[in-house]
Amino acid sequence: MYPARFSYEAPETIEAAVELLGGARGEARVLAGGQSLVPMMKLRFASPETLIDINNIPGLAYHGADPDGTYRIGALCRHVDLEKDGDLGTLQPTMAAAAPLIADPIVRMRGTVVGSLCHADPQGDWASVMGALGGSVVAQGPNGRRSIPCVDFVDGPFQNVLEPDELAIEAFVPAPVGTRAGGYLKLERRVGDFATVGVAVSVEFSGTQVTRAGIGLTGVGASTICAGAAAEMLVGEELNGDNIARAAGHAAEMSQPRSDHRGSEAYKRHIVATFVTRILSSLQRTTQEVA
Amino acid sequence: MTSLFAAVTTETPVDTPIRRITVTVNGKQHTLDVEPRLLLAHLIRQGLELTGTHTGCDTTHCGACTVLIDGSPVKSCTMFAVQVDGHEVTTVEGLASASGLHPIQEGFRDEHGLQCGFCTPGMMLTAKALLDENPDPTEDEVRWALSGNLCRCTGYQNIVKSVLVAAARLRAKDNVEEDEAP
Repeated sequence: MYPARFSYEAPETIEAAVELLGGARGEARVLAGGQSLVPMMKLRFASPETLIDINNIPGLAYHGADPDGTYRIGALCRHVDLEKDGDLGTLQPTMAAAAPLIADPIVRMRGTVVGSLCHADPQGDWASVMGALGGSVVAQGPNGRRSIPCVDFVDGPFQNVLEPDELAIEAFVPAPVGTRAGGYLKLERRVGDFATVGVAVSVEFSGTQVTRAGIGLTGVGASTICAGAAAEMLVGEELNGDNIARAAGHAAEMSQPRSDHRGSEAYKRHIVATFVTRILSSLQRTTQEVA
Repeated sequence: MTSLFAAVTTETPVDTPIRRITVTVNGKQHTLDVEPRLLLAHLIRQGLELTGTHTGCDTTHCGACTVLIDGSPVKSCTMFAVQVDGHEVTTVEGLASASGLHPIQEGFRDEHGLQCGFCTPGMMLTAKALLDENPDPTEDEVRWALSGNLCRCTGYQNIVKSVLVAAARLRAKDNVEEDEAP
């Protein structure tokens, strides 16, 4: 399968990429890992006139924490970079749980976190993770940079709110209030399949008390669902069986699954509640052991 | 060059941008003019006539087209040829040396790691990347590493066995070489 013809540009600076995007007037797509874009171009769901390959721009492959605790992921950080980072489990447990579950090992070699966020596939895993963590995307345009919270970044299936002349250069997660804990669980029929259900949970603790919580749901709606209301029920409390059950039930209510070959609506709601319960219960055990 | 490759590079309108790339494939450097939409898998198969790389699903699922780029496995149906400009590509043809089969190939032969053989080139290259990084993997690690490569014949049992046998032989070989070193 061949994509439609396009012209190929491989700029070596962010500024040059932004200028090319501006010149293309919305008819360009940015190529980072290409693990979603190239298949879509082959199927001609995407037919950009210009493909702007950002892989030759140096300095975008980073990931790590600033001294103030802000965690930054550059536009060319591959899934595998996070998967193989031994410190990630301590700093970003939700990300560490999700990274090995993205697609399959070969796709993780090329695919990027920021590219996944921009691709805005309702079945994408990172949008739920970043939503639960309260993360943002940094976009650079001709007049400078702006941060867009992940919950506002996607405005429909495969649509993000970037202007045609803006390049997503980074995603970041603010420093935790207290200790960060969390997890990601994904039900898939086989490795590399889209999630039947994916659940991201992030909880920040001061001692055993929850200071901030976030829940993101993948695969159970027309776009990623940020179940903030379900998570907020936990804030100010210690995790216990009752509030975990309430949060899980509320997250299941907030999901909007459709019955399909991967399972019925009721089944998927049940899995949402089960996964939220499993992750929160494991965090409850951990905090009690520490305390 | 076969007709299909020629068709992509010559029967294009004059305004089609052609990019000149230099790529090293299995140790041999090639300078080629390619249309940007030429997929790496097609450059390898039709352009360079290295038909050991198989295109299976053509949708990034099966891993039959896996090649190594600078040592890392990549599905070559999901990358454009222009993207490997300046990089090194290893295909299954690059595994064997003049002195014989690569230990991974021997492993697949001796342990019956293939039936129809369609997925085998991708399996072997993914296994090579794994063993380069982790010379002594557990069975679980082998299964995990190969989970992006689909096989519809073997049920994977013998593939996993082949990789474990190859790993043991490569380790034994490395030990001998170390012992022989002055």
